[in-house]
Amino acid sequence: MVNFIIDGHALSAPKGTTILTAAENAGIPIPHLCYLKDINEIAACRMCMVEVEGTERLVPACNTEVLEGMVIRTSSPRIREARKTNLRLILSQHNSNCTTCVRSGNCELQTLAHDMNIHYQPYTVQTERSRVDLAAPIVREASKCIKCMRCVQICDKVQNMNIWDVSGTGSRTTVDVSYNRFLKNTDCTFCGQCVTHCPTGALTVRDDTIRVLRALANPELITVVQVAPAVRAAWAEEFDLPTTQATTGRMVAAFKRMGFDYVFDTNFTADLTIMEEGSEFISRFTHRGKHRWPMFTSCCPAWVRFVKTQFPDYTENLSTAKSPQQMFGSVTKSYFAEKIGVSPKNIFVVSIMPCSAKKAECELPTMRNAYGDQDVDAVLTTREMCRLFKSDCIIPADLEEAEFDSPLGTGTGAAVIFGATGGVMDAALRSAYYLVTGKNPDPDAFAEIRSNKPWREASFNIPGAGTVHVAVVSGLGNARKLMEAIDTGTANYDFVEVMSCPGGCAGGGGQPIHEGKELADCRGKTLWDLDANAALRFSHENPDVQMLYREFLKKPLGEKAHHLLHTNHNDWNA
Amino acid sequence: MSRLEVKLPGQAQAVVEQLYRNMERRIAASPPGLCPVDMALNFVTLCQAQTCGKCVPCRIGLTQIANMLREVLDGEPDISILRLIETTAQVIVETADCAIGIDAGQLVLMSMKGFRDDYEEHILHHRCLGSLKNPVPCVALCPAGVDIPGYISLVSEGRCADAVRLIRKDNPFPTACAYICEHPCEARCRRNMVDDALNIRGLKRYAVDNAGNVPQPKCAEPTGKSVAIVGGGPGGLSAAYYLALMGHKVTVFEKQKKLGGMMRYGIPSYRFPREKLDAEIDSILSLGIEVHTGVNVGTDITFNQLKKEYDCIYLSIGAHTDKKTGIEGENSQGVISAVEMLRHIGNDDMPDFTGQNVAVIGGGNVAMDCTRSAIRLGANKVTCVYRRRQEDMTAQNEEVEGAIAEGAEVLTLHAPLRIEADETGKAVALWAQPQIIGEVDRQGRPRPNSANVQPLRIPADTIIVAIGQGIESHGFEQAGIKIQRGGNVAANTSTQIPDLEGVFAGGDCVTGPATVIRAIAAGKAAAANIDEYLGFNHEIKVDVDVPTPRCTDLRPRGRVESTEREACERRCDFDCIECGMTDEEATQEASRCLRCDHFGYGIFKGGRVEKW
Repeated sequence: MVNFIIDGHALSAPKGTTILTAAENAGIPIPHLCYLKDINEIAACRMCMVEVEGTERLVPACNTEVLEGMVIRTSSPRIREARKTNLRLILSQHNSNCTTCVRSGNCELQTLAHDMNIHYQPYTVQTERSRVDLAAPIVREASKCIKCMRCVQICDKVQNMNIWDVSGTGSRTTVDVSYNRFLKNTDCTFCGQCVTHCPTGALTVRDDTIRVLRALANPELITVVQVAPAVRAAWAEEFDLPTTQATTGRMVAAFKRMGFDYVFDTNFTADLTIMEEGSEFISRFTHRGKHRWPMFTSCCPAWVRFVKTQFPDYTENLSTAKSPQQMFGSVTKSYFAEKIGVSPKNIFVVSIMPCSAKKAECELPTMRNAYGDQDVDAVLTTREMCRLFKSDCIIPADLEEAEFDSPLGTGTGAAVIFGATGGVMDAALRSAYYLVTGKNPDPDAFAEIRSNKPWREASFNIPGAGTVHVAVVSGLGNARKLMEAIDTGTANYDFVEVMSCPGGCAGGGGQPIHEGKELADCRGKTLWDLDANAALRFSHENPDVQMLYREFLKKPLGEKAHHLLHTNHNDWNA
Repeated sequence: MSRLEVKLPGQAQAVVEQLYRNMERRIAASPPGLCPVDMALNFVTLCQAQTCGKCVPCRIGLTQIANMLREVLDGEPDISILRLIETTAQVIVETADCAIGIDAGQLVLMSMKGFRDDYEEHILHHRCLGSLKNPVPCVALCPAGVDIPGYISLVSEGRCADAVRLIRKDNPFPTACAYICEHPCEARCRRNMVDDALNIRGLKRYAVDNAGNVPQPKCAEPTGKSVAIVGGGPGGLSAAYYLALMGHKVTVFEKQKKLGGMMRYGIPSYRFPREKLDAEIDSILSLGIEVHTGVNVGTDITFNQLKKEYDCIYLSIGAHTDKKTGIEGENSQGVISAVEMLRHIGNDDMPDFTGQNVAVIGGGNVAMDCTRSAIRLGANKVTCVYRRRQEDMTAQNEEVEGAIAEGAEVLTLHAPLRIEADETGKAVALWAQPQIIGEVDRQGRPRPNSANVQPLRIPADTIIVAIGQGIESHGFEQAGIKIQRGGNVAANTSTQIPDLEGVFAGGDCVTGPATVIRAIAAGKAAAANIDEYLGFNHEIKVDVDVPTPRCTDLRPRGRVESTEREACERRCDFDCIECGMTDEEATQEASRCLRCDHFGYGIFKGGRVEKW
């Protein structure tokens, strides 16, 4: 422990603590902009400058360690002047058209400028020219970039993909796609972690709300919306709703208010995914010699792209089951279209996803089985959904709760946990156990794999099938470590669940953004609670899924299921 | 108004003069990797400020060129702007009234020729090819990439043994480099911006002198693979060291009686004491490296035999043959090559020059080594004869100054003409043709031309030829190894020999005579690539934690220079001439380090390479 004084308070902290952390722990806020705890402590923005007695110059609090006897001041005329000047300098290269910026109201730079009482700008404003490329779901607007380098660090240190890098030198230094490439030509998985960690509107997920509004305005089209599990655990954050009011029912009601013809639940196809993927696993497991091991989940499109680009030899290990989003699209444009007697061409399927990679997934050439058109026509992130609600003056708190429509609106507890890391594995094991033994296990029998550890493993015995070794990992940096361990033979599993975003879809790149907070675990807990309180907790017990098989698909892995619900990951190039 | 006035600089001018000096130091501290187009723009901007304003091409042309360069950097214009820039610069060169404009125009033309693809990338793709691959200037310029800020901070805490361990991660010869490294690391030290470059080599010397015996780390599990190293100099032993650490079985074949290569047979002991060299080699061999000295690969054992017996071969045979001047009388008795003389000294077989007049031909470090050794071997008078000027010598300035202080005559602008011998065939004098310095050549060195003056006779009993070394590659060429024009072994930057499975090469035999640290760097690269070739991916790292940087003191302070023993004393023996820093000096000098591994870009990217 070292002892030091901040603003007159005698404090102590473990050796190695930074001034910023020590001050924050003592309830003394120090402004910062580029700082991202443990990931980006590079002292670039110079907002956190403080005075240290005995040091001539000001020092950055974010990466200066407290030392024994240090006397620190976090506020003084000199500090005020320094912070204001540096902030004005940042603003002199920032496109401050806040009124039309998607991050307005949730922008660190805007908040800081406002809080620091910056209302005039003595410097000439010269912004970098933006050359916006809309070919990929991740969009960068150079004129809004403050070169905090967080995107570079998140992509390097957390996702380990090195897509962003510093570009140029001298005062023209900026951020761009690494090795002078264009985003669409890289291995970018479009996970969107760079977007959710950008302090401004420089990195955004491509906005597709206009296409959805056009579809809603077209009387020829039947609009069908599906909502992914993780969305319900996060959407209310944008409306400051108390937990009691942040119900899925109010979200459904908001969609109905907007005029969607059918409001369905991706949980339905999450259960369907379990039926197919669980059956596939049992089939592979009982014919071990015919397959490569382990089997990987395939519901995360960023992960699928990761495997195809980073470990292409393992493409065969991916489950052939489509993701719930895509299963929903193909079932809607076949089974459901038939049921309501409408041509699939007149159905417009919208997905609400916690994810940016889903936008790329729905555009894949392999995801247009039913009628040659895209199975899913537009994907909106949770944030886009909230923006739609707001633009329609919807106040969720005032809405009466509503139910999902039938038949694609039914989901079990096993489906809702798809949004949390470990959920797919848990749900698949529950049904796999049933498929082998004919009996339901305790729904919490596989709780061992539900933890916050980024990489966890467990073994479960399924009577009649044997011991299944499973692993669950989230975050692509961790996924790479796991893949290397598998590749070198130091890790051996039968079934592995991978989610690209740390904490799973709950922490997805399309979720609401909260500066300095990682909410994946807390949203994940909401999903696990929904599961615990669900009437049905096994995918195979979903009555509408059972009906779908009875009326249309016949059986898991059957011919129709193969055509509509499975894909060949080799049929497209990443 | 008086008729004449005494010129006194005004206050502003005095400050500007100071700023010029600051800018010169700042330019010296430019890190590698900056965008060349951006630099060209800024050079032109400076030229623009210097124009006297009279003639049109210089006054307006440079302004327009600066405008156009700015547009290029913004990625706005059409590619045709390059032709306009070129034409404008050409016209400035041809029509400006004085050197201010002419030279500026040439600068622009040179840039367009030298890095046209950078210009094009900005215009066509709005991108820049420049990037700071390694933001720590000293580490970037160290061929072996030694963690310099890391060991300097350890020295400042008195942790010299840890400093040695940290250095060994990238360079197994901390002691050799502490004594004789040419320290390219100091060239662009950011401390230049404040006062002067750090005395990095001096601090390393302090570290090795005060570290005591530092045991080597443990080798990895044996891999069962074997590697033969041909040539036991700094490069070969570096490769051997890392390969042994990685668990491979290493055997070194050395032609000479002892290991060390040019560190023993090139560098005299007054620069690098033999006992220090022997201790360092022993420490490296303690990893269990097998050594065969006095074995000439090619005659004692064939190259193909080695290929059969070992999984991999590293060729690091150095450059040990002498180059001839080709002047008349070169075969006279008493004419010896530098290589031959230094080899004798390396084997403790000391030539006796007592009372002799010695002439040394050459202006490189080897020539200085011969000059200073000859003084120590009792010569009456030693004259170093060089055809260019002293500032054009490739020898380090301190070597030349050291030799002069020890009593050597440095006769510059004299080209050796012929060697006069007596009737017994014994050399008696060197004739040299006085030169006049002339036009600057492509490398930027002024070329000497024969002056219209009579040749000079320099009486000499011994004449030492030190004009460069070649590579003895004949035996290897026969074994199928490609030899380039000039005699160097053909190997790429990853030390592989094209079309020859499992054979790697590096060091002087590939680059031609260079430095110890470059040979070490090649050995290190070879070790990594050989490991990979053998199917492994061993990581070399060290568990030394580098102290967290404190707030640095930026007040300008003088550089602590290493001191030497008095010239009149040191010229009489082969003992080390350089004195180490005192504790006080080392602490103060280490405190000047700006810790570029932390401050600036280092904390963000590339500040520390923990393993390789």
